[in-house]
Amino acid sequence: MLKIGSGAGFSGDRLEPAVELAQKVDLDYLVLECLAERTIAIAQKEKQKDPTKGYDPLLIDRMHALLPVLNEKRFRIITNMGAANPTAAAKKVIEIAKELNISCKVAVVTGDDVVKELQTDQEILENRNTVKDYQTISANAYLGVEALLPALTTSADIIITGRVADPSLFLATMIDYYNWSIDDYERLGQGTVIGHLLECAGQITGGYFADSGVKEVPNVAELGFPYAIIQEDGTAVISKTPDSGGAVNLMTVKEQLLYEVHDPAHYLTPDVTADFSNVKLIEVGENEVKVSGGSGQKKPSSYKVSIGYHAGYLSEGEISYAGTTAVERGKMAEEILRRRLSKEIPDMRVDLIGCSSVHRISFGTHHPYEVRLRAAALCENQELAKRLGNEVEALYTNGPYGGGGARKKISECVGVVSTLLEREVVDKQVNVEVFQHEQ
Amino acid sequence: MNSKSMKLYEVAHSRAGDKGNTSNLSLIPYKEEDYEWLGKVVTAEKVKEHLKDIIDGEVIRYDVASIKAYNFVCKNSLLGGVTTSLALDTHGKSLSSALLEMEVNLPS
Repeated sequence: MLKIGSGAGFSGDRLEPAVELAQKVDLDYLVLECLAERTIAIAQKEKQKDPTKGYDPLLIDRMHALLPVLNEKRFRIITNMGAANPTAAAKKVIEIAKELNISCKVAVVTGDDVVKELQTDQEILENRNTVKDYQTISANAYLGVEALLPALTTSADIIITGRVADPSLFLATMIDYYNWSIDDYERLGQGTVIGHLLECAGQITGGYFADSGVKEVPNVAELGFPYAIIQEDGTAVISKTPDSGGAVNLMTVKEQLLYEVHDPAHYLTPDVTADFSNVKLIEVGENEVKVSGGSGQKKPSSYKVSIGYHAGYLSEGEISYAGTTAVERGKMAEEILRRRLSKEIPDMRVDLIGCSSVHRISFGTHHPYEVRLRAAALCENQELAKRLGNEVEALYTNGPYGGGGARKKISECVGVVSTLLEREVVDKQVNVEVFQHEQ
Repeated sequence: MNSKSMKLYEVAHSRAGDKGNTSNLSLIPYKEEDYEWLGKVVTAEKVKEHLKDIIDGEVIRYDVASIKAYNFVCKNSLLGGVTTSLALDTHGKSLSSALLEMEVNLPS
């Protein structure tokens, strides 16, 4: 039966759980999902500066760690670590394979970059704007299994993509392995459920879950990553690396099933309108949950496109106060900042960390020993951004007593909005290329 | 008999997810037999009222009876969304904790 492991749930995820999973379980596929919404826009800017860059910053480290295991055990890796430059990523992997004296074949899927396909009057999904209202950095279509399948039919050990819908990275392997038809929406829906459950790696094995005394998870510090054993009909058992930390149970699987889902009966991907609403979960063993009952209907007629745009400069300044009147002095400092900056920066946010910074309010009252003031604003230009940080820093000698640990930081802000593109426009530019290193 | 008042975190767990400016908060009872009465007291309107200082848009509840869980979709709840929000927790990953602070009455 098909065995798929999940070796990364985001770009910065830990390296060693994927290695341990691949060593201890005989996987057919190891999927590494590393591409958040705006990561690709940041990568696009790197590619503009240097055409050999623009792939995931941890690609080199992950491949150094995984290629020796791949050489020994011969599973296949699928990853979206290509980010804005999958071809450069593939060449880099071949370079690493040469360094390590390992034979390796890499297939690259391109075609998600649709900057040239966008029309200026095209509508933005989130609001009433059009494309021309944004200073566009990148535009990438969420490709689906149809883009991945030709890469899977090559003999490549590693398949590298840019933007692909996360569950499709998993679903493509099921379609390929069991010869499912790409309009068998019932199976595609169930396969999408399994892909969705695996795509965030540690989030189904007790990560983003553990809660002291309430939701106890053994040995969270050495959280194992998940894998699924999938039957021909799509029914799967989710488990995790043997002898690792963490837990897979009804609670962790239920939480992940609804993670980032809106209407559970209509979960849209490029492959299917998946239906999660009749999913059945059974604990069939220790750290083993059987998942069935997912289904689906016809796929959407267009691709979702994510547009990265320049949104200004995020400026942040912080300073701490301690003692019985810490909160009062934090509030005094806020008032000083607002008096001095309200004309230039009317939309400044000020938080008292320790009181109300996370939700802007707190449920219930308490009196903390210390608070940290944080001021933040999105500024049009760097000069304004500097003003905010300087005013927070000036609270040292011009503000309430005992202010310490001032910090200031300016970062360029990349925003993301979405639009739709007809499938044909994108499909005609999808391509697969193979690179190889033979010992 | 008086009904017993409690906070949601005593009977259920939750996970927050984000897509754009929309947050979704699952609500999953520890004991599956609590699914029915929770559905009666934790309505979309009650959640909107509890989180009125956080969520600007409407709240829609989806019931997933097959796994005994609810999904609350909260529109305009992330100050513009993860990429341009000025919040510390730009994803709103901690919003599940705010939901679980809600007081409910266990029907007697």
